[in-house]
Amino acid sequence: MRRTVAGSRSRERLFRAMAVAALAMALGALAVLLIDALLDGWPRLNWPFLTSFPSRKPEQAGILSALVGTTSLMLLTAAAALPLGVGAAIYLEEYAKTHWMARLIEVNVANLAGVPSILYGLLGLQVFVRALGLGRSLLAGALTMALLVLPILVLATREALRAVPVSIREASYALGASRWQTIWHQVLPLALPGILTGSILAFSRAIGEAAPLITIGALTYIAFLPDSLTAPFTALPIQIFNWVSRPQKGFFVNAAAGIIVLLVVLLVMNGIAVYVRQRFQKRLYL
Amino acid sequence: MEQAIGGALFLCGAVSVLTTGGIVAVLIVETVAFFREVPLAQFLTDPQWTPLFVDKHFGILPLVAGTVLTSAIAILVAMPAGLLSAIYLSEFASAKVRGAVKPLLEILAGIPTVVYGYFALLFVTPLLQQVIPQLAGFNALSPGLVMGLMIIPMVSSLSEDAMYAVPQSLREAAYALGSSRLQVAWRVVAPAACSGIAASLLLAVSRAIGETMIVAIAAGQQPRLTLNPLVPVETLTAYIVQISLGDTPTGTIEYKTIFAVGMTLFLGTLGLNLVSLWLRERVRERYA
Amino acid sequence: MVGMEPTAFEIQALDCWYGALHVIRKVTLAIPERRVTAIIGPSGCGKSTLIRCLNRINDLIPDFRISGRILLKGEDLYTAGGDPIPIRLRVGMVFQKPNPFPKSIYENVAYGPRLCQVHERGRLDAQVEASLRKAALWDEVKDHLAKSALTLSGGQQQRLCIARALALEPEVLLLDEPCSALDPIATGRIEELLHELKARYTIAIVTHNMQQAARVSDVTGFLLLGELVEFGPTSWLFTNPSDPRTEAYITGRFG
Repeated sequence: MRRTVAGSRSRERLFRAMAVAALAMALGALAVLLIDALLDGWPRLNWPFLTSFPSRKPEQAGILSALVGTTSLMLLTAAAALPLGVGAAIYLEEYAKTHWMARLIEVNVANLAGVPSILYGLLGLQVFVRALGLGRSLLAGALTMALLVLPILVLATREALRAVPVSIREASYALGASRWQTIWHQVLPLALPGILTGSILAFSRAIGEAAPLITIGALTYIAFLPDSLTAPFTALPIQIFNWVSRPQKGFFVNAAAGIIVLLVVLLVMNGIAVYVRQRFQKRLYL
Repeated sequence: MEQAIGGALFLCGAVSVLTTGGIVAVLIVETVAFFREVPLAQFLTDPQWTPLFVDKHFGILPLVAGTVLTSAIAILVAMPAGLLSAIYLSEFASAKVRGAVKPLLEILAGIPTVVYGYFALLFVTPLLQQVIPQLAGFNALSPGLVMGLMIIPMVSSLSEDAMYAVPQSLREAAYALGSSRLQVAWRVVAPAACSGIAASLLLAVSRAIGETMIVAIAAGQQPRLTLNPLVPVETLTAYIVQISLGDTPTGTIEYKTIFAVGMTLFLGTLGLNLVSLWLRERVRERYA
Repeated sequence: MVGMEPTAFEIQALDCWYGALHVIRKVTLAIPERRVTAIIGPSGCGKSTLIRCLNRINDLIPDFRISGRILLKGEDLYTAGGDPIPIRLRVGMVFQKPNPFPKSIYENVAYGPRLCQVHERGRLDAQVEASLRKAALWDEVKDHLAKSALTLSGGQQQRLCIARALALEPEVLLLDEPCSALDPIATGRIEELLHELKARYTIAIVTHNMQQAARVSDVTGFLLLGELVEFGPTSWLFTNPSDPRTEAYITGRFG
């Protein structure tokens, strides 16, 4: 039986061309987006911008309260989410792998990863802001974001725990160690770089989230720094959103400048995560 | 001591169950209160959504239309681009190309959505207006296209995973029968992975439906029951943002609308996620 | 005569299951004290499962069940609700593939004693040195105790694992195919080591290498499809087996 090869050769070339074109367009659009934001925002990016509060006049409006808000928010979120996330992952990976409760938790975590972030805002609104009486505060925001980040954190930590070979655990058990001793002395230290990398990536995702914070009432015009956990606050993405939503075109420049600041923060965080991963990946496989 | 530690770790895990329970409870409580004042029939069939006007209508269809319209445009962009990318990266590209392209695609997924919203409003819309003069300043087309761009990595990498799960033995059989690489990819691998690919598309749609900031910035705040992508619309998510930014007092019917809308959103994404999960389970069974 | 010697383990009518899979069938045998006992048999016959019952490391496998009794010096290992940890302090194990912790040589050997609350530096140092000497590794590593264990060769890593197990001063040492990942020279050194160790420890070794069993052990058991076909002094089993199946295996008629 014979078949012409020529036809399929040209079809393959066409396919490759189309695929490469699609990828080029997508990545090209990304480049255009970044360049556009950079060009728009560059004029406003200066020291006064970084150190002033928002104002009714675009030229005087600055991003200080948003920067401080984002930083405080992230630190609080990390403090709440890390112990819970790592604890839950350890439970699922090391303790109760086949118990029905573990399956329930597992299914929940997987499902929560697919819930739109704004719904976390509604949860935070009713539970943290109203029921627990925390008001539209930094604490309420941090707790809401902690719940949002939790599923990703659990997933990332589980990956890191799984990467530790079973033989290490076996050796530890055979020497008479209990389960927690094995986890604490052998598994966790080896999984730590992976956990760190995963959490930094999870938090960098959270930094860009505005929807849940808007819903719990993070205000878009804050002209002071939050002085306590119960103070109102704002955050970088919310400030950007506020400026982009103004009818006065003058604020668009500020929005672009804010975007540059946000992207720089993300770049730094991701850079740290990649560095941690590279630096500590070798240890297991000498 | 061991037991106490085990118990503490269990509680950490239980937080996720509590979170799900919390979201469901919060939505149900307020939605039930909402439906005491607004009949379900009106909610499902009224073609207008005007809870803030004097003449109040509580029909969810305009918001659903806005969400469906923007998400449909998004998936029309992301599906071909994502699948082409997935097939290319999985079956054709060298390891070097794959190693370079995949991280770049991940960057697309990591850009904060407010940035995409800015891009949609201030770059894409003006650009499109030069080609389509009747395009309104707020419309469904721009955010739809930009959302599509955002979810390309999701479609691409999930579809790629699905194709990776297809056993090498199938490919070898096809090659042994004289197939070209394209034929193997198109006729053997993609069909075998089709459940997994469908699952990934559903997840991408779910992501688009739940997206808030891009549409809040660029789609507008005019709930409109239409399939016209050139005019302002409002999505389910953007409505919640609109109310949250305002001064609606708690306990009023307007306040309760955000939960009814939230419930609609929740049920929609839940349905898509469950079907997607079911499809992926089927794939696992086939190749277990 | 074997039957007259003091026994370390008495295994009585042991059955084991992984879920529905019946892997050990009514095995009864007595492992003598301060001798080397070898368990041989083709792949999948259950020899690893059997030996892993002796320190209850099979407890880690979720759907593992046993029935029957295992007595260590007269005490039932599997008393209902019993804690396996004290058993593992008396019964040490070395695995098929060397699995040192990715820490220093010193820290690997010190791990066990530290868990037993030995923290005083002088005692730890003495224990580490003594264990490394018993494992015939001290001279090679005494100047490099802080180096990572992963820099050692395969054979050295396995001797490190032996030292690590000995640091807990067990009564029994179980070895699950300890040389299958090692070259012949490293294998030879470990076999020599076992010969020295049996003066102080009861040794049970699983091996798929019959010649090794013949070289190293005093008593051998032949396991086939979960059943203990024959058990007796090594010299008898290899030159004059009573069961035709044993003879078939030994003469290589099946592997």
